[in-house]
Amino acid sequence: MEAFTTHTGRAVPLRRSNVDTDQIIPAVWLKQVSRTGFEKGLFSAWREDPAFVLNDPVHEGASILVSGPDFGTGSSREHAVWALQQYGFRVVIAARFGDIFRNNSTKMGLLPVVLPADVVEALQSAVEADPTLEITVDLGERQVRWGGEIAGFEIDDYTRWRLMEGLDDIGLTLRNADAVAVYENGRQPWLPTTV
Amino acid sequence: MGRTLAEKVWEQHVVRRADGEPDLLYIDLHLIHEVTSPQAFDGLRMAGRPVRRPELTIATEDHNVPTLLGPIKDPVSRTQVETLRKNCAEFGVRLHPMGDAGQGVVHIIGPQFGLTQPGMTIVCGDSHTSTHGAFGGIAFGIGTSEVEHVLATQTLPAYRPKTMAIEVSGELPAGVTAKDLILAIIAKIGTGGGQGYIVEYRGEAVRKLSMEGRMTVCNMSIEAGARAGMIAPDETTFDYLKGRPHAPAGADWDAAVEYWKSLTTDEDAVFDTVVEIDATTLTPFVTWGTNPGQGAPLGAAVPAPQDTDDPAAAERALEYMGLTAGTPLRDVAVDTVFVGSCTNGRLEDLRAVAEVLRGRQVVTRTLIVPGSMLVKLQAEQEGLHEVFKAAGAEWREAGCSMCLGMNPDTLAPGERSASTSNRNFEGRQGKGGRTHLVSPQVAAATAVTGKLTAPADLV
Ligand code: SF4
Repeated sequence: MEAFTTHTGRAVPLRRSNVDTDQIIPAVWLKQVSRTGFEKGLFSAWREDPAFVLNDPVHEGASILVSGPDFGTGSSREHAVWALQQYGFRVVIAARFGDIFRNNSTKMGLLPVVLPADVVEALQSAVEADPTLEITVDLGERQVRWGGEIAGFEIDDYTRWRLMEGLDDIGLTLRNADAVAVYENGRQPWLPTTV
Repeated sequence: MGRTLAEKVWEQHVVRRADGEPDLLYIDLHLIHEVTSPQAFDGLRMAGRPVRRPELTIATEDHNVPTLLGPIKDPVSRTQVETLRKNCAEFGVRLHPMGDAGQGVVHIIGPQFGLTQPGMTIVCGDSHTSTHGAFGGIAFGIGTSEVEHVLATQTLPAYRPKTMAIEVSGELPAGVTAKDLILAIIAKIGTGGGQGYIVEYRGEAVRKLSMEGRMTVCNMSIEAGARAGMIAPDETTFDYLKGRPHAPAGADWDAAVEYWKSLTTDEDAVFDTVVEIDATTLTPFVTWGTNPGQGAPLGAAVPAPQDTDDPAAAERALEYMGLTAGTPLRDVAVDTVFVGSCTNGRLEDLRAVAEVLRGRQVVTRTLIVPGSMLVKLQAEQEGLHEVFKAAGAEWREAGCSMCLGMNPDTLAPGERSASTSNRNFEGRQGKGGRTHLVSPQVAAATAVTGKLTAPADLV
């Protein structure tokens, strides 16, 4: 996973709530068995509308998505995270996230930032007023900064550390392989196996 | 202080706990399907890691499979299914491929085999894994990175979610189903209402549900934002499990039941949140919008956006759905009826549909897709397929089908469905398709009249 410390970039304001993962990447794109090429599927149905915000050339090259509440609800598809990252996003800011999406993001190094709904709105308005606005997302300080504004956000220490170091969870867990083996010896004898 | 059911099951599975870190949780059963696993197996291969416990892992082909007999025509879908076959062979994972008697939608086959049991932790790269919580375990959907993590370690690092009780008092009136109940719950708490929680469904109406009805309720927990939903095990649970291929037997059965009986929320346990629902006031419930929280009783009208919690979203939804505020929901005409999915693709659902369709004719395209090959077999043994065919409905092979349209079963742009599945998202059943979520009973009656209808409306 790519480490995340601090990121500065421009943003896209997505003024929609309940952006479910079926919208982020429709099911037809999930048939690929590789991990690449998902940027084409990002919001593919919505992007057919020329007026959709992502099609506005003023937002080209933006790397921070600022969405309405309940972003990433629904399907567990991690392809949604891959699509956002491969399109060029490093951060998604919203007032609420779907739990699975949020989890998937932190496994991949896409930073989900929760800010209060009124702050998200203010940020969206600021970007709409000036699409060239530079926004800094500082994971170390747990802050989002733009045009003289500072908004703090919460993230647990462990996830923050893992993101800042770019650490792979599996490697961390395997350090505790002994504890897993001990646990396995004590499992209830009637628990099923698939064989 | 007492503990909730969720806390008991969680604590039983903590492998390692350290200050400032998520718990490391042991996973008792890992379910796999073709869509969310290929990149996980690739990851294992790249790191040279084996599957730690292949015997706690089971795979099936469901999302891409066609429901008409024959091979997969779409080469990309076919590659995905073939990739699963290769991966399962290479890593030693039991697979139920297309055509196999054990094949079916991943959340239907686990319980059917008796692999889903009380008190277990169950995960799958699929958000409807919450279904399995109906047996009193903790079951939740994960992403592909976590699938790889479970394959490699049989554990997951996770913070324990908060606990929510949904207390459903009274009995469901006649003609009101588990699906209506969960749709009403989601409309009440919203699609984000359960975020960060494990929900325990409780109360008289829940206790009276069959196992299949309980699975329908837990299945849609994720539609309220909750990763997991659960129901304490009881005699209904034990009766369902007894004698299933992977259920404990003999002395193991007795020991298991004794333990399972301890899996209830203690009297003095405290939930972080409690939501109360009066079952006696419920009626058949349908969705009008593009998320599962945008629902209303069938007897109501399409709401005006300003009367909803999120007017901007409602306005967008009505535009997408081609609906006008104030239109009675019973006047909404549909083109297609879909019966199936991990929400309502089980035998009881098919029986309910047959009861409505017996001696009647459908006027819409009507697809009836059993959730598994076993469900198909059982339905045919009861002659339900004859009822469906005589009514003019299509009786298909098992799979996810039009629940998400990864196979050829899709809606055309602008086409409207009444669907027993779980998601009415834009384009979920095919690009531009418009979905109304309904119970199997309402689906069947709707197929007969061509408009959203409850069986009680039929003469
Ligand atoms: S039936 Fe639908 S919801 Fe269930 S696993 Fe298949 S696609 Fe997912």
